[in-house]
Amino acid sequence: MIGITHYGGYIPKLRLDRMQICQAMGWFAPAIMAVAQGERSVCNWDEDALSMAVEASRDCLKGGNKANVDALYLCSTTLPYADRQNAGIVKTALNMGDTVLTADFTSALKAGTTALTAAFDALAGGQKKNILVTASDKRETRGAYFYESWFGDGAASLMLGSENVIAEYKGSYSVSHDFPDHFRGTGFKYDYMWEERWVRDEGYSKIVPQAVGGLLNKLGMKMTDVTKLAFPCFFKAEHLKIARTLGAAPGQVVDNMHEVCGETGTAHPFIMFISALEQAKPHDKILMAGFGQGCDALLFEVTDNIARLSPRKGVKGCLADRRQFPSYEKYCKFRDLIKVEMGIRAESGARTAMTTLWRKRKMITGLVGARCTKCGTPQWPPPQICVNPSCGSVKQFEDYEFADRKGRVLTWTADMLAVSWEPPCVYGIVQFDEGGRMLLDFTDCEQQDVKVGQPVRLSFRQRYFDKDRGYQGYFWKAIPVKEEGGKEASA
Amino acid sequence: MATGIKDKVAIIGMGCSRFGERWDVGPEELMVEAYEECLQDAGLETKDIQAAWLGTCIEEINSGKSALPLTLALRLPQIPATRTENFCATGTEAFRGAAYAVASGAYDICLALGVEKLKDTGYGGLPDLNANAGPLNWLWFPNLTAPGSFAMLAQSYAAKYKVPDEELKTAMAHVSAKSHANGARNPKAHLRAAVSVDRIMAAPIIAHPLGLFDCCGVSDGAACAIVTTPEIAKGLKKKDFVSVKALQLALSNGEELQYNSWDGSSFVTTSKCSEAAYKEAGIKNPRKEISMMEVHDCFSITELVTMEDLHISERGKAYKDVVAGVFNIDGEVPCQVDGGLKCFGHPIGASGLRMLYEMYLQLHGRAGDRQLKDPKIGLTHNLGGFPFMNISCVAIVGKYGV
Repeated sequence: MIGITHYGGYIPKLRLDRMQICQAMGWFAPAIMAVAQGERSVCNWDEDALSMAVEASRDCLKGGNKANVDALYLCSTTLPYADRQNAGIVKTALNMGDTVLTADFTSALKAGTTALTAAFDALAGGQKKNILVTASDKRETRGAYFYESWFGDGAASLMLGSENVIAEYKGSYSVSHDFPDHFRGTGFKYDYMWEERWVRDEGYSKIVPQAVGGLLNKLGMKMTDVTKLAFPCFFKAEHLKIARTLGAAPGQVVDNMHEVCGETGTAHPFIMFISALEQAKPHDKILMAGFGQGCDALLFEVTDNIARLSPRKGVKGCLADRRQFPSYEKYCKFRDLIKVEMGIRAESGARTAMTTLWRKRKMITGLVGARCTKCGTPQWPPPQICVNPSCGSVKQFEDYEFADRKGRVLTWTADMLAVSWEPPCVYGIVQFDEGGRMLLDFTDCEQQDVKVGQPVRLSFRQRYFDKDRGYQGYFWKAIPVKEEGGKEASA
Repeated sequence: MATGIKDKVAIIGMGCSRFGERWDVGPEELMVEAYEECLQDAGLETKDIQAAWLGTCIEEINSGKSALPLTLALRLPQIPATRTENFCATGTEAFRGAAYAVASGAYDICLALGVEKLKDTGYGGLPDLNANAGPLNWLWFPNLTAPGSFAMLAQSYAAKYKVPDEELKTAMAHVSAKSHANGARNPKAHLRAAVSVDRIMAAPIIAHPLGLFDCCGVSDGAACAIVTTPEIAKGLKKKDFVSVKALQLALSNGEELQYNSWDGSSFVTTSKCSEAAYKEAGIKNPRKEISMMEVHDCFSITELVTMEDLHISERGKAYKDVVAGVFNIDGEVPCQVDGGLKCFGHPIGASGLRMLYEMYLQLHGRAGDRQLKDPKIGLTHNLGGFPFMNISCVAIVGKYGV
């Protein structure tokens, strides 16, 4: 049996109430009111498709063994690098072994389901045992546009394998079309969209049924055999109508999540599928389809193992962990839709030395420190000589991963002088419960969330962007969380 | 067996430029301004200087690398000259170079000069630390500033001693109010207005909990000293000259930020460095024996905590000593009599020498409106870097033979 063994979700904490858009921009585009139900998820200023993919994958790896992963596919249309494999950065951030096959699947919103299909083919062929497929998107639009409301930011990861399968893979069916509902030319920031009515009638309404119908035919099944149907379509009414055409009752259709996060692009079929999986019972059959220049449909049957899956945040946990944007203007700044004066201090910056990054890739991208094999002291940065004054042993270290360790705030500040997209810039020293300490930027928090002794967890984030060279740097940051015993959700 | 520096070096001349936003001058003019005063004070000529040390820290926005800016500006005639840089201890490091050179017998008369031109950046505060911290630090070091890194000291101190936020804020305000009162009496100081505790408390936050008046001035300036041996000083008919009693330095080895013991509320280095300095100077009870101090008050909290690490205040009690006026000009141990970094200003490379300049003036009874009554021993202290990783420097000076 092959199938899904673990899943993980990541929807950023920030949510923009769509009425905030209407209130700010209704004078200009009154029609956006038509899609202004609920809220959309929005990346913090230091998040992007790549950082979200890392976070979703960390959630996915809970209870799993990353040493067994032999391929990692990253799926997105909004990756930071056009040439420098993004999946390789994810692999390094997750501190996976060097023999993992990495690949980016990109240039179509169905890239996630396409990668999933390709991954199952590899598993079925026996050449690979465990494949991590992660899909993530942070899609940019101009302001006061329907798509600004339709879209949300998010990521999801699925681990595929043959042991402890929670959802057995039953088969897939794909169709490919050069259906240019939208496109983004190389070097362009925003998509160019053709008329929505045509996209709805000639795109979603015809292409999704072609793939879903094709899969049911191939498997000799009827829609009534399917427990849940998960496919993205940001036209709410059309979403249900397409399902009806396929013979699915409203109760079988997985909600398109417009009101709670918006459509997350490449990640959305995964996110909808996971939201169904989070409520599924053994033997439920869930059909996932991804749309974009064609359609891939895949069918899964939930197994008894679903009850034994270790706890994770998933989509449900992410949706519950939310903070509302205070204003549309702040959203616009975060999306670089308005230019504010950052001051001369913001001109400061340095090139990134690729030699240094390569030499220190485990440390910087993977947050791997060192533990002294003589005295056991974990330490950061990884040194040559042990920092313990009563040890001092030389070069007696083993790798020590810090990313999943729990820590507490030793000290902190909220700095109004430091250049920041969201002043004040909050940072401090984190003391890890099992030893080791680290000077870190804090994120996803406000000043009142932080105090000495507060527990923190770590998150992979953008650290700086070198705009002259197009280089995006990443590092880890601390997120203050509530004391254990309370909810797992962030403070 | 090392015997220390006590009474092996005489300071026979000092000079200090006016500190401030010196828009009209650059490092060259500042150096000459301090040097002219110093030469005249020593009664010497340039040809008498046998070797020189230049202290300057942020050279990329200032005078550039090497000691050449010094030798060119002062027209020092092809003599040995060396640039020192050790963050905020830079100026004292230049002095240490010159002092050790005469103490060793290698030279008779040496010059130490510190200069910093900071106001050519186009913005307030110091330049971004991170972009010039090397290619590895750039990849991960947080986006921190000087006020932010010292604000963390205040958070830890308040947490450790359970000092209510308002009470610590008030004590910090007293630190700054005292320095403003002193700075108002100093014609060379950058900031010369007295400021009330209430106004200090109400000022905008720079890095929580530090407000505008908790931060020292960013200033342009230069200061210098001419040193020789006591024997030569006597030969030059110098009477009652000032001599060096101790020169100590301590640098972090990473324990604060990388090991698990430091609680963030003290300067590990200063504690050790001051003990070594007291030993070198033969001081048993610093609170009683030290007549005056110029310490590194880059931020009010720095000065407050430093009182504990200099073993002047008991642990966890400095904030009470501050409010009780122990460090006021008429207090038990006057501190920052010239206004300190807070009000005299902080041109980094000049600061250590500026502090020694105040000690020198006070010991000679030449401190004008702010002259203390009969001071015997003066202590200066620099703290470069951050609370969690720093360079601490303590110098003690006094009248020769006293």
